[in-house]
Parts: sequence; structure tokens; C-alpha cells
Amino acid sequence: MDDRRDLLELLRENARYTTADLARLLGTDEDAVEAAIEELEAAGVVRGYQAVVDPDRLDDGTVRAFLECNVTLDRETSYDDIARRLAKFDEVRSLRLVSGDYDFALEVEADSLGALSRFVSEQVAPVPEVTQTVTHFIMDTYKDGGLQFDDGGDDDRLSVTP
Amino acid sequence: MSRFTVSERVASVPPSGIRRFFELAEELDDVISLGVGEPDFSAPWRAREAAIDSLERGRTSYTANRGRRDLREEIADYVTRYDLAYDPDDEIVVTAGASEAIDLAFRALVDPGDTVAIAQPSYVSYVPSVQFAGGDPLPVPTRVEDDFALTPEILEASGAADAEMLVLCYPNNPTGATMNGGELEAVADFAREHDLTVLSDEIYSELTYEGEHTSIATLPGMRERTVVFNGFSKAYAMTGLRLGYALGPADAIGAMNRVHQYTMLSAPTTAQFAALTALRECEDDVVSMRSQYDRRRRFVLSRFEEMGIDCFEATGAFYVFPESPWDDAGEFAEALLDEQGVAMVPGSAFGAGGTGHLRASYATGLDDLREAMDRLEAFLH
Repeated sequence: MDDRRDLLELLRENARYTTADLARLLGTDEDAVEAAIEELEAAGVVRGYQAVVDPDRLDDGTVRAFLECNVTLDRETSYDDIARRLAKFDEVRSLRLVSGDYDFALEVEADSLGALSRFVSEQVAPVPEVTQTVTHFIMDTYKDGGLQFDDGGDDDRLSVTP
Repeated sequence: MSRFTVSERVASVPPSGIRRFFELAEELDDVISLGVGEPDFSAPWRAREAAIDSLERGRTSYTANRGRRDLREEIADYVTRYDLAYDPDDEIVVTAGASEAIDLAFRALVDPGDTVAIAQPSYVSYVPSVQFAGGDPLPVPTRVEDDFALTPEILEASGAADAEMLVLCYPNNPTGATMNGGELEAVADFAREHDLTVLSDEIYSELTYEGEHTSIATLPGMRERTVVFNGFSKAYAMTGLRLGYALGPADAIGAMNRVHQYTMLSAPTTAQFAALTALRECEDDVVSMRSQYDRRRRFVLSRFEEMGIDCFEATGAFYVFPESPWDDAGEFAEALLDEQGVAMVPGSAFGAGGTGHLRASYATGLDDLREAMDRLEAFLH
């Protein structure tokens, strides 16, 4: 299948589309879709399939935050080394090296405010290369995974129009 | 008792064929409607912001009758993509939706008793609008075996040679048919030979999925006898903002503007600002919406095929026009609605050539489309 981009767009839109649906949407056959997905997975382009969860609706007490993290490097330690170390923590949902005022952007979560604070102060801050952390607690989520979480999407069109 | 008597002209126009079906659908809960003739997307955010900005700046006055000059210039520039060239000064009028433009054309260009040939199945408003203008509509039924394209043979057989005017709508509501350049050339030959003026409703021009849209006005000898309609409702998902336009020779547009200036005065100002931004900045939104419609089109056509329902391979607009699994499409549509809560409009509502078919709009989210197709399958088995 030639158009991997279209397939990826559909998978990112809804990873639960069946292979048959994807074939119909792309105007191809199921074998071609399956082969393309396998290829994308093997190449590491598609890393996994997850649900987009609205944490406010879940209301399970989980606390989330964005963490800015500055580090210093030496001849023995690279960004990759530090990233591998930080990524191993279960509390870290995402981890990216970014440009700008700080080096790593992390999304972290824990069962409580105290647990999250302890994670930052007792696990992240003590990493030898970490020089500074700034924690931004997430108060509300309006959009995630490309999906808006508001309820404004109701279809109020007339049911039959010319 | 009211002292009013409805004019004969209005009283003679029957209620729309979709009205009854609309009332049925409105009575039920949990209806997935494939009967909707408008996009399920909202207008591009930048266009909406332009509308908001115009209001915040207090731009709430009338505009020039023909529409803002900058918008007419932008429209003139935009339609060059279809090889159309019109002078913003006197060959373009901006209207309250393409619907108003169509009505203006009939009122300005049709005399009582004039025959207006209408390629059908068609948008439901053409026939009544001709009647309101005092003209005589002449149905010209297209056929699925011709891919719902109009042909000189069909025109001849229906008596269109004696008509004064011909109405086309390609890409077509309700069939989803498009007409290519060659097919249009044959119709243009007929129009020239029999001295027909042509009204070409091209509101779905951006929603052409295979090949490129051709306007009949670009064919030799047709510009001077054609008025083209277009607007922002379908391509830019701006139905509620009510903004369309007509393109044509100065005498036709001038006559239409004369009616327009005494009735509408000018199209909604806020919508004109939104439209200006839509043309300048929202091409990506159009491309994205078209791509999503195209996927849905393939999805729906594929499901119909899998269910064994014959369906014409629609290549434009956002409708498919399958053949009814039952002899009586009206009965089928009502039973499907009643038992499964899926609304498809009987094709007969769209005039000659529509009988035995159903119109299904895919301007609906994929989850709903999938559910509607599952329910249809359950209904059939």
C-alpha cells in the first residue's frame, strides 16, 4: 500500500478501526492494510495503541503535572543517558528533549499530590545531572491526543434537509 | 377565520417531498440521519474568528448591494481555478446563500410562461423557485445507466429543445454524480443549438473526488449564456452563515442585482467577512474536509456493495444514491426509519429519475456511518 500517511492518520484518529473499515476507507483491500500496519510497527513508526482518556471524567484522584527539567552534561553522560534513566520511572508518562529554557519536558502522574511531590523531590531532583526542576500541576484538560474534551460537538443539524 | 388568501402561485406549489420524511424523523429518538444535506463540520476557525472580529469592530452596516468589493475580487481570483474569469465590478453578485442567487436568477431571467428545463433528480428548490417566478418547470430525468449525466438524447426526448432555460447541478445533489468535460460539451452543443440559457449550480464544485470539476461556462460559446452559482455552504461548511454568489455576463448579473437590491439589499455583512478570510486562509480546511468526505464515500459505497445493494459510484458532493432494496423506496425508507432509526430520503423527493432510489448523505461522522450501515444490514437480514 502506497499511502502510509493516510493509514497513519486514520490510526491516529481511531486505533480501533477494524482492518475491514480501514480497507473500505482507503479504497484498498484488507491484506494490503494488514501488511502496511505490520510494516509500520516493524519500522517502529507505530509504537503502540492507547485510549485517549479524559482524566477529569475518570476522577480517580490521580494527579498529573508537566515537569521542566534542566540538566548538565559531562564527557561521560549524554542526554540519552539521562533520558533513559528518567524514562524508567513509572510516574513518567512522556519524556521529550526540547529546545528553549529547559532540556527535558516530562508529563508525570501519581496517585496523590504528596506522591507526585515526593517523586519529583526524591526521585528526579537527586539525579546527579539534574540541576533544576519546575513542576506545573495540570488543573484541567481541554484537548489531548488531538481530541477536544468539551461537549460542544452535539449535532444540532436538522435530521433531513434539502 | 383568516382574511388572507394565499396567492394561486404559492398555493399551487406542493410541499417539499422531504417535508413528510423530516416530520417522521423528528418524531423518533436515536435516529442516525443520513438525510442531512449539510456538512457535519463547523466553519473553519479562522473564518469564524473573522466573523467575530468584524462584529467586535462594529462592522454591522449594509455593504454594497453586490457585496464587498474585496470579497468580489477574491471570488474572481478564486474561480480562476476553474478557468472562469469574471469582472468583480459587474459580473459577480454576492448573495444570502446560493439559494438566493438561484431565486434571483429565476425572478430576473424568467418571464411568465417560460419553460425551464431542470435536470433531475435535483435539489428540491429548483422547481418551486421556477414556479414562484411564474415559469413552467420541465423535468428532464437523468438515468442511472447514464451515470446520472445529462445527455442531448435525454434533453431532446424530454422536450427541452423548446425550453428557454436549462438548470444543471454538478456535482449533483442528490445523486453525487459529476459530469466531465466531454459530457458537458454535448450538453453545451444542445444549449447553443436550441438557444438555451443555462443556470449551473456548482455549489459542490470543491467536493469532486475523481477528476477535476469542469464548469460548463468554460466551454466555447457558453460563457455568454450561462450563470454559475457557488457559495461557502458546502466547501467551507458555512451553511448557517448564508453566503453564496452568482457569476455571469453583466446583463444577467445586473438584472439579478436589481431584484437583490430591493429584497435582500446586501448579503449578511458578518458572513462576508468570514467568507473573505475563508477564501484567503482556509484552503487547508477545505482539503482536509474533502479528504474525510472521500474516505466516507468509499466506506459507504463499499458497505452497500457488501450488502448487495446496487449503488451508483458517486464521484462528487456528499451523497450516494443507492437503489432501493424494495420496489417502493418510500416504504423502505419509512420502515428502515421506524425499525432501525436510520433516515435515508426517498429519491422520489428529488423529482423525475429519483424513483426507486434513496439518498444517503455521508456528511456524518464515521462512527455514526458505521452504526447506520450496521443497522441497515440488520434490517436487511
